Amino acid sequence: MGDYAYAAPTSLEEALSVLESQANDGQRTQILAGGTDVLVQMRSIDKEPRTLVDIKHIAETNALSIGADEIFIGAAIPSAALNENDELKGLLPGLIEAADLIGSTQIQGRATIGGNLCNSSPAGDTIPALVVVSAVCVIASPGGSREVAVGDFVTGVGENCLESNEILLGLKIPRPGNNSADAYLRFIPRTEMDIAVAGAAVALTLDEGGTCTSARVAIGAVAPTVLLVEAASAALVGTKVDDDALNAAAAACSDAASPITDKRGTVEYRTKVVGVLCKRAGGIARDRASS
Amino acid sequence: MSKLHVTTSVNGQPEEVLCEPHQSLLDVLRDELGLTGTKEGCSTGDCGACSVTLDGRLVCSCLVLAAEAEGKEVGTIEGVANPDGLHVLQQKFLEHAALQCGICTPGFIVAAKVLLERDPNPDETTIRYWLAGNLCRCTGYDKIIRAVQDAATELAHEA
Repeated sequence: MGDYAYAAPTSLEEALSVLESQANDGQRTQILAGGTDVLVQMRSIDKEPRTLVDIKHIAETNALSIGADEIFIGAAIPSAALNENDELKGLLPGLIEAADLIGSTQIQGRATIGGNLCNSSPAGDTIPALVVVSAVCVIASPGGSREVAVGDFVTGVGENCLESNEILLGLKIPRPGNNSADAYLRFIPRTEMDIAVAGAAVALTLDEGGTCTSARVAIGAVAPTVLLVEAASAALVGTKVDDDALNAAAAACSDAASPITDKRGTVEYRTKVVGVLCKRAGGIARDRASS
Repeated sequence: MSKLHVTTSVNGQPEEVLCEPHQSLLDVLRDELGLTGTKEGCSTGDCGACSVTLDGRLVCSCLVLAAEAEGKEVGTIEGVANPDGLHVLQQKFLEHAALQCGICTPGFIVAAKVLLERDPNPDETTIRYWLAGNLCRCTGYDKIIRAVQDAATELAHEA
């Protein structure tokens, strides 16, 4: 077993080579972005020494661009900085709300969307919000880069497809059009500082008459990984996203959920609430898209 | 284990410290630099007792590695008072009896100061949400909120 070490590479090439050389020396590595999960876990559930590779000094992970077709959010940008960006908030209100729900002001100053995704908790708030806006992970690998849809990135509870010699650089999101909008809601017993009992994200596009032409619905904390609920999307497309359509989408979400009972909630409660959250988030997304 | 040499700035003063790679900024502030005003509560980022600023942004110093402070500006409770006396927030916490045991107080003051710098006239809801990551087991929070509101009013009159 090695010792703890810390590296703060200033380029992507250097970061990848640190990962490789440490692996060659038999030393475990872990990527460090905001550290709000990593530091807690390394003092509690997983104390094995490792080299922490800080990715906050790399240009690519700090990049934030809002292009005509595409938005890129670097993996090292803290939620507070995203929340202070009015243009981004206007384009992706649901995603930024989801990021803003995670932790306190202090946590917001460090925590990143990339880290929330890589922590791969079933209850990670940004994951459903990323899935509905069709976000794609941009991953740097020794051989170049690869892209994986967020929906395919998380493979299990706390597990994802990122290899130990790879770095999540950021998330690529198609720029929503004028008649498109997203929303995310979660339920927690408090109003702040808690982990989702259930969560639902909705992104939709309306035509000029207010009819839904496309929709994506994803639910969190009700299965080992976030679920994209195709039946809920289908219930919204072709409708005015009225109560009947939203009730049908809600029922589809409850049907799709396969939660567990734990200290945060029971199977029955989560199954019911995830539908309610879908209905409410769908209404918010509709109102945003039509305004 | 090789120690890391970290050059940083604390309350405007240049500081150089040797730290372990996994040592928190909180531990270095308290144990290496003797700045014990910053308190350790939970060490998991839940209680806010260790709140400091890092390049002006409010963070929990228990969730920052000392090594991450390299080249950064750290602000602690020791830097809040003016040379000629207490900061208005500190004075208002005393006047409103917004503390009992006092362990959470440095974190509340540091956090509230950042809020008032960004938003000089926050409403009660804004204050409560901003301070949601600072836990107090004595006061029930109301006195803290009143102290912050009163400090905001006084700072507005001074300006």
